[in-house]
Amino acid sequence: MRLLPNLRFFTITRRIGLALFSLGMLCFVPGLVAQIPLISGGAGFLTNTNAGSTSYQLVAMPVLAAPIGEHLLVEARGTLLESFTPKGNGQEGYNTSHFLAWSYVQADYLATSHVTVVGGDFLIPFGTYNERLIPIWISNLQDAPLIFPIGTGTTTGLGGEVRGNAYSTGDVSVSYAAYVSAGSTNRQFSAFRSAGGQGSVYFPKARLEIGASYGRIREGNHSNAVGMDVWWEPAKIPLKVRSEYAHQPHSQGYWIETDYRLSQFHGPESLIGRLEPVFRLQQTFRNAPDFTDGLPSANTQRIDFGLDYHLPHEVRINTSYARQFSSTGNFNIWETGVVYRFLFPTWKGK
Amino acid sequence: MMNTLRRIYIGSLLLAAIPMLSQTGTKAAPTSGQQQTKSNPVHGAQKPDGQQVFEQNCSRCHNSPPGFSPSINVAVARHMRVRAGLSKDDEQAILRFLNP
Repeated sequence: MRLLPNLRFFTITRRIGLALFSLGMLCFVPGLVAQIPLISGGAGFLTNTNAGSTSYQLVAMPVLAAPIGEHLLVEARGTLLESFTPKGNGQEGYNTSHFLAWSYVQADYLATSHVTVVGGDFLIPFGTYNERLIPIWISNLQDAPLIFPIGTGTTTGLGGEVRGNAYSTGDVSVSYAAYVSAGSTNRQFSAFRSAGGQGSVYFPKARLEIGASYGRIREGNHSNAVGMDVWWEPAKIPLKVRSEYAHQPHSQGYWIETDYRLSQFHGPESLIGRLEPVFRLQQTFRNAPDFTDGLPSANTQRIDFGLDYHLPHEVRINTSYARQFSSTGNFNIWETGVVYRFLFPTWKGK
Repeated sequence: MMNTLRRIYIGSLLLAAIPMLSQTGTKAAPTSGQQQTKSNPVHGAQKPDGQQVFEQNCSRCHNSPPGFSPSINVAVARHMRVRAGLSKDDEQAILRFLNP
């Protein structure tokens, strides 16, 4: 008690963070874990020219996944960001800013073959973008879709989640997730008081997935959000079609993205086969003014044309051009980036 | 404006359909990573095929980095089970695939 005299004054979020951090540290004690944890993630240099103003970002997103025993997994992802943005107002030079935060820190208890209980600071399971496509080594385009704030709030929840695979055969797979989150204004673990869930049906042979999401923020205006997502990635060709629709009380929208890796032309390692054109179309619709829901203040349309190039050793060059149309103004967005993906053990195994 | 967007989108879909039509019936190009060089492990009749599970789930979002250490196969498979909503059988299948 003397060593930590202020422990009783810690908020619940700090206690959770401390507990998870301690659990995570256990993963680095070789004698306590049977399996070797991995460190994965990506690092990159990104540029963004938005309406004529260019900014630069150095970013790293490391992921830790540490299996403990037969039923436990501790996982976390962090974001380290250094931004350089123009000073503006006729001034020369750049302002720099730093950002260092957990994207999520959670412990997963694999209770049964079909049930995993999650505790901690977890990604909100709404739509597909938040859980699957945010990592820089996965996303084809730098910017998240315009409807991304719908249902995801602060992107993470602080509390508990139950998820897993309800039913799985060679023809169909049904997965689910349901969560309850406490409200938190803690800087590292901010979250809305909310609850929600997601279900999806995946047909592996057709590579078709259809999902539905629901989320309710249980503070402020107590708003509901609903969403649908459809992914189709035919097995015979390297084409991906991904789409989402989401609705909240004062706005709604959709995005659809297609990308096609040209690996059918002389193989994936050929000069042409490393290219991957990407196209995304998105629209948002404003039903009523709301400056807090995260979507544009007026109806907006945006098209993105991307061209990614997959270099050897998990290095990828991403380029894209986007044009955004709105009654508040039209503008161009040019983006480029070099991203490296890494994956290695935390220590050398036997 | 909307008509232009629709035309662009329909045009892109048609462009995407060209290779689909021309390659119908051909075998998919192998993905990068160590999986393309490994043979499919033999499983019992009731057990899911690990390579198939990997391609149908993990590869939907990302390729497998080539040549990662076998010492982290358990961590990789368990992480994918949680992230991709896989069953325990699927996790075991991926593990068998990574450790043939």
